[in-house]
Amino acid sequence: MGFADWISETENIVFLVISLFLVGSAVLVVTVRNVVHAALLLVVALAGSASLFIMLGAEFVAWAMVLIYIGAVVVLFLFGIMITRAPTGRDSVGLDHKRRWPAALVAAATFATIATGTTLAFGTEKIPEGVVGTDLLGDSLFGRYVIPFEVVSFVLLAALIGGIVLARKDPE
Amino acid sequence: MIVNQFLVLAALLFSIGVYGVLVRRNAVLVLLSVELMLAAVNINLVAFGSYIADAFASGQVFALFVITVSAAEVGIGLGIIVLIFRNRSSANVDELDLMKW
Repeated sequence: MGFADWISETENIVFLVISLFLVGSAVLVVTVRNVVHAALLLVVALAGSASLFIMLGAEFVAWAMVLIYIGAVVVLFLFGIMITRAPTGRDSVGLDHKRRWPAALVAAATFATIATGTTLAFGTEKIPEGVVGTDLLGDSLFGRYVIPFEVVSFVLLAALIGGIVLARKDPE
Repeated sequence: MIVNQFLVLAALLFSIGVYGVLVRRNAVLVLLSVELMLAAVNINLVAFGSYIADAFASGQVFALFVITVSAAEVGIGLGIIVLIFRNRSSANVDELDLMKW
């Protein structure tokens, strides 16, 4: 299956546009000089991945992504940037290390390894059509996966208590 | 849609996150790059879930678990960063050398 065959499907054009937005905003997240802009560009990247979930027929996960990440996590990041007084101006020196090229080399090697592995393993196998409804997901979450679900809720409880303990000032 | 296009995109996103973790000095920005890596893992999980198309929607269930755990991770991580900033008035990861001998 060549590239001309691949691009002739309409959904692949949509995929290409979404992935351009996704990769572009992700690159800007790790390179931009302004910390607040980095947090806001993360919103674009996460919205791109949520739209990929909708393309894959995973609507509940997509909206959970929008609610949790874009709604809560990014706001938390903005609070963190505010509290730690990270350099928010345009002339923020020393936001990055000087040794960029070794890091870029490691990242490129990671990408090459993973992409080669998946291409060799999966080739051109297609994803079957279909949408997983929220009813099936809920049945599965509260049926077969109910014990992991409870464990995850316990992790959230521990994180809640830990966050309160960490943020509290010492009473002395 | 072939499954490999999602996997390659997720690999690209993951390696951008690796670059960010390695190159950023501010701890909040390091956490932002970790979020990019987790988003890449989520894309992988949902793509495999649609590819296998099993009766339990396991890929999506585990993507939800990853979202939950990463929310907890961000809460704790930012709490620790705020605490470090309060104690040392700097949130740069290369100035945190108090565990170096």
